[in-house]
Amino acid sequence: MTIALEARDLVKVYPDVRAVDGVSFSVPEGICFGLLGPNGAGKTTTVEIIEGVTSATSGEVYYYGEIAGRRFRQEAGIQFQNTALQDYLTVRETISMFRSLYDRQADIDDIVEQCSLGDLLDRDNRKLSGGQRQRLLLAVALVNRPRLIFLDEPTTGLDPQARRNFWDLVQSIRAGGATIVLTTHYMDEAQVLCDEIAIMDEGKIITQGAPEDLLHARYGDKLINLSHGEIRRPNLEDLFLDLTGHSLRV
Amino acid sequence: MLKRIYAIFMGRNREFLRDRSSLAWNLLLPVALVFGLSYAFDGQRDEYTVGVLQAEETIDTSAHPFLETRFVRFVAYDNIDEAMLKIERHQLDLLVDIGPPTRYWINPTASKGYFVELALLQASSSATSNVVKQQVSGAPVRYADWILPGILGMNMMFSCLFGVGYVIVRYRKNGFLKRLRATPLTSFEFITAQIASRMVLIMLITTVVYTGTHLLLDTRMEGSYMTLFIVGLVGAISLVSLGLVVSARVTSEELAGGLLNLINWPMMMLSGVWFSLEGTGEILQKISKIFPLTHVLDSARAVILDGATLGDIAPSLVALVLLSGVFLAVGAAIFRWEQF
Repeated sequence: MTIALEARDLVKVYPDVRAVDGVSFSVPEGICFGLLGPNGAGKTTTVEIIEGVTSATSGEVYYYGEIAGRRFRQEAGIQFQNTALQDYLTVRETISMFRSLYDRQADIDDIVEQCSLGDLLDRDNRKLSGGQRQRLLLAVALVNRPRLIFLDEPTTGLDPQARRNFWDLVQSIRAGGATIVLTTHYMDEAQVLCDEIAIMDEGKIITQGAPEDLLHARYGDKLINLSHGEIRRPNLEDLFLDLTGHSLRV
Repeated sequence: MLKRIYAIFMGRNREFLRDRSSLAWNLLLPVALVFGLSYAFDGQRDEYTVGVLQAEETIDTSAHPFLETRFVRFVAYDNIDEAMLKIERHQLDLLVDIGPPTRYWINPTASKGYFVELALLQASSSATSNVVKQQVSGAPVRYADWILPGILGMNMMFSCLFGVGYVIVRYRKNGFLKRLRATPLTSFEFITAQIASRMVLIMLITTVVYTGTHLLLDTRMEGSYMTLFIVGLVGAISLVSLGLVVSARVTSEELAGGLLNLINWPMMMLSGVWFSLEGTGEILQKISKIFPLTHVLDSARAVILDGATLGDIAPSLVALVLLSGVFLAVGAAIFRWEQF
């Protein structure tokens, strides 16, 4: 098993808080790894240290066995939680500009198709809806055919259709062989997308492993596992999706 | 590296050129100011100015009764050629060498010179020595000729400082810089692209405004257009670099605006945009030399009004290059991508 990413004893101390307190984990190649936790748990800081946009107080990050550096920047794709894009640029120009920053370059048509941006190519960035904007940000994260993709709370603020569509998109990217690191505080999202998770709280990882293993370990005698389906009470999201459909609204 | 610089350069150009209100402001403001001010103030210097030929900087008013005349500004000149040029262009109403014998130079086509001459002759009637008159000819430098470089320089200053300084702070605040940092783009490449973008845009705008104004108002041009272009180019580099220093770390647009105004206003008042510093105190004139805009305007006016060559304005160009080097070094050293 090849390890795509490894964080070793990451620490980030701000004057008034120890935001990340000795975080270590490794991510095997080709999986979707979820970093979960409540707001303020230290997920985003941890990921930003790994991405190289925030400096660590101590600790190291390894990418395919090397200290993350130039190669990491060329091969990683990143979607931040909040990112402003340049005003007055169209979707096509934004994708093209970011693509030009990399030596490895994806085919623009492929990205556009993958992220369902075909009808929006000439639209000004400022005129995109929340879901369209998230798809553009994902497209920007894919411009370099990344081997490793970071998605930081990518579905926050999206409606159920856009959220489901985004999940499909992430699954298709993973099916293409990329490794994904996802931070989220939506447990359903993690359950659908992640092969392995680590749960953080107060700057530390409190548990780590495959979701099913973790559930078995904690609720082994209470879990009902039905191999042919799932029986549960319907919830409001089911009702909303039944009434409004699954199709994406452009 | 060039591919990345070009991508950021083009992105910034598009952003600027598609912001119609900002573009219109950059183009129309200087044109409106030049036309408005030249119409309002052409030939309306509101005080008499007399050059006094002497080696010392301080004028001894007891040396001659004329020097005690009220409502006349006396300015010392130790170089007769420089002073004569100003008489020719109506920038000085009269030049006097107290002597003895007392000699004076006057341009007979300058109306204000006529009245100052009367005052000199009146004051000299009580003096013991004779007064020798010499005439100088030459067309006046109109206010439009003089103010045009000032307005263009001021527009360049605002565009360079705010176009780089303010924009980078906005990028940092809204997270766009953080997004770029997560790519292979280096800070050197980003800064180079920002500077190049602003240089191209401001030189384009300045050239268009200068050409239009020059043709419509038939302003004076004694020197080479290429020399003037080089002055603009070197000046823009220094002003953009100064904007970079301001934006290198600041994370608040309000603070950036305040800091930029803290630089803009003294520079605008002390660099000779609106009025000449000639005749002001030595300390003020020395302070004005720390501002890049002073060197830009001195050089541009020397080229436009006096026909100065690159060799003549070399000291100002060297000062601009040195200032640019310092600003760039400081800006690059303290630049940071993130907010905190």
